[in-house]
Amino acid sequence: MFGGIDPALLIASLMVASVPIILAAIGELVVERAGVLNLGVEGMMIMGAVCGFIVSVQSGSAVLGFVGGALGGAAMALIFGLLTQFMLANQVASGLALTLFGLGLSSLMGQSFVGIRPPSTGAVPLGPLADIPFFGRVLFSHDWVVYASIASVAATWWVLKATRTGLILRAVGESHDAAHALGYKVRRIRMLAILFGGAMAGLGGAYISMVRVPQWTDGITSGAGWIALAIVVFAAWRPWRALIGAYLFGGISVLQLNLQAAGARIPVEYLSMSPYVITILVLVIMSSGKGKAALSAPANLGQNFHASR
Amino acid sequence: MLRLEKRPSPSRFWQGATPILAVVLTMIAGGLMFAALGKNPFEAIRTIFWDPLFHPQFASYSRPQLLVKAGPLILIAIGLSLGFRAGIWNIGAEGQYIMGALFGAGVGLAFYPADLWFIFPLMVIAGAFGGWIWAMIPAILKTKFNTNEILVSLLMVYIAQNFLSSMSLGLLRNPEGGGFPGSRNLSQYPAASNPELIAGTGMHWGVIAAFMAVIAAYILLQRHILGFHIKLAGQAPRAARYAGVNPTGLVLLCMGISGALAGLAGLFEVSGPAGQISIDFNVGYGFTAIIVAFLGRLNPIGILLAGLLMALTYIGGELAQFMLGLPAAAIQAFQGMLLFFLLAVDLLSNYRIRLAHKKEAI
Repeated sequence: MFGGIDPALLIASLMVASVPIILAAIGELVVERAGVLNLGVEGMMIMGAVCGFIVSVQSGSAVLGFVGGALGGAAMALIFGLLTQFMLANQVASGLALTLFGLGLSSLMGQSFVGIRPPSTGAVPLGPLADIPFFGRVLFSHDWVVYASIASVAATWWVLKATRTGLILRAVGESHDAAHALGYKVRRIRMLAILFGGAMAGLGGAYISMVRVPQWTDGITSGAGWIALAIVVFAAWRPWRALIGAYLFGGISVLQLNLQAAGARIPVEYLSMSPYVITILVLVIMSSGKGKAALSAPANLGQNFHASR
Repeated sequence: MLRLEKRPSPSRFWQGATPILAVVLTMIAGGLMFAALGKNPFEAIRTIFWDPLFHPQFASYSRPQLLVKAGPLILIAIGLSLGFRAGIWNIGAEGQYIMGALFGAGVGLAFYPADLWFIFPLMVIAGAFGGWIWAMIPAILKTKFNTNEILVSLLMVYIAQNFLSSMSLGLLRNPEGGGFPGSRNLSQYPAASNPELIAGTGMHWGVIAAFMAVIAAYILLQRHILGFHIKLAGQAPRAARYAGVNPTGLVLLCMGISGALAGLAGLFEVSGPAGQISIDFNVGYGFTAIIVAFLGRLNPIGILLAGLLMALTYIGGELAQFMLGLPAAAIQAFQGMLLFFLLAVDLLSNYRIRLAHKKEAI
C-alpha cells in the first residue's frame, strides 16, 4: 500500500503543506494569548489568499504578493478588532461574521483571476546543502516562506517567553483588569495582537493560493483556518507545540493525497475527510484526561474588556 | 471624547431598532459595494428588496420562492438560537442539514418504488434523526471530554460534505441515471416527495414545520421552565448552576434540538425543492441561518421576520444576477456585511454613549 510513496518526497511536501497552518496558528496563538478569541481565521486566510494572488499577478512579484496577502488579512482583522474592542461585540459571533463575509468578498474579488498562474516563489539557493542525500531534499530545497514560517515560531516563542512585550501581552490575556490597573493600554495591545494575527493568517492564505495550489478558486482555504484554530488548542497555547501539531496535520493531508494518487483501495472521499477526523480526535485527546488543554488557556480568553474607570 | 456607559439592563427600544438600523446601514454599504462594481446602487437595492415581491413580470415566479427559501433558514435558525442563548455554539448546522437529507433520502430510496403511506413520515423521522446524531457527536465530546463544540461541529461539516459526495457517487446514485452522480429524483416518487401544498405559494411541509418550530420555541422560551433555564444559563452561568440547571443536559438538549431541526430542513429540501441528493446539494443555508438567528435577536418572532428578509436577499440576489449581471458572490458578501453591522450597532442596546468630560476621563 505504501510501495509507491517516496519518504523523502513525503516529508518535503509535508513541510510545504503545513506552512499555511503554521503561519495562521502562530498568529492566532498570539491573539489568544492576549485574551482575544478570533474565530475568523478562515475568513482572514481566504482574504489573504485572494489579495496575495491578485497583487502577485498584477505586479509579477511573489514578495509583493505576500505583502498584499498580509495586508488583506490584517484589514479583515481590523474589522474584527473594531467590532470587539471598540463596539464590544460578542467575539464568537464577530469571528463567524468575519468568515462568512470573507468567503463572499474573496470570491467576488477573485472572479476575474480564475485560471491564471501566479509568479513562482523561488527556492532559497542553499548550494551544497541541497545536494546532501535525503536531508538535502527534505530540509534544504524549499522556498523562503517555509523557513520564514519556522523562524516565526521561534521568534514568537522567544518574544512570549523572554521579552517584556511578551510579558505584557500575556498579562493582558490572563487578567485584563489587573493589566489595566497597572496602566497598560489593554485595548491598544489587543488591537495590535489582532492585527498581527490577521497578517499571519493572510500570509498563510497567500501561501495556499500562490504556492500550494497555485491558482485561485472559490473557497480555496477549505477549512485550513479552522484547523489552525484547533491546532492552537492542541498546542495548549505554546508555539513549538503548534509547529508539531501543524506538521502532524500536514503529514496526514499529504499522506492521504499520496494514497489517493497511489490508487489505494479506500474511496477518495474517505481519504479527504481523514484530516478533519484526525483533527477532531486529537482535540478530544487534548481536552480530556491529565493534560487538560482548558487549564492552560489564557484566563480572560474571549472576554471583552470595558474599562468602567 | 466619547465614553461608553453600561446600561443596567438592555434598552428595549434599541433591541427592536438595531436590526432595522443594521439593515439600513447594510443597504448603504452594499450600495457602495455595488457602485464599486459598476452597477447603479439604487437599481441594485431595488432589484434585491423590491422587485422579487412587486415586479410586474417576475414577482409571480419569485414570490412563492420566498417561503421556499425562508423555510429551511427559519427552521435551522430557531434551533441554533436556543443554543446561542445558552452559550452553546453549534455552528455546524450545514453538516447536520446534509446528514438529515442523506438519512431521510436514504430511507425513502430504500422503499423505491413501493407506494406506502408511511414512507414520507418515516423519512421525516429519519431526517431529524440524521441531523440529531450528527449534532450529538460534538455534544457528547463536549460533555464527556470538554472538547470545544465550536471547532468540532464546524469540522464535522467538512466530513459531512465528503460523505455527501461519497453517497451521491456511490450508494445513493440513481441506477438509471446513466452513471451521472446524484440520486433518483424524489419529487418524481410520490410516496417520498414533499410537494408544493397550495399551488403558487411555495408552501411545503418544511415551511409548515418552520412555522410550528417558531410557535414551539416561543412557548418554550416564554412559558416553560426549560426556556427559562436556557436563558439563565446564557446570562448567568453561575446562577444557573445554583438554581439546579444541569449543564450537561442543557448542552445535549440544545445541540440535539438544533441538529434535529437542521436535519429536518435538509430532508424537506431534498424531498421538495431540490428533489435529489447531489454533490453540491447544500447551498449554505446552515451558515446563513447563523446570520438569521442573530438578525432575529435570537427571538422566535424576530427569526421568522429575519428569515423572510434573508430569503428575500437570496431571491433578489438571483434576480439581480439575471437582470443586472451582479455576481452571486456579491450577495454572499452583502449578507456577511449585515451581520457585521448588526453586531456593531448592538452596542447601542447595551451601552449608553456619553460625552466624557476631561476631568472624569483620567
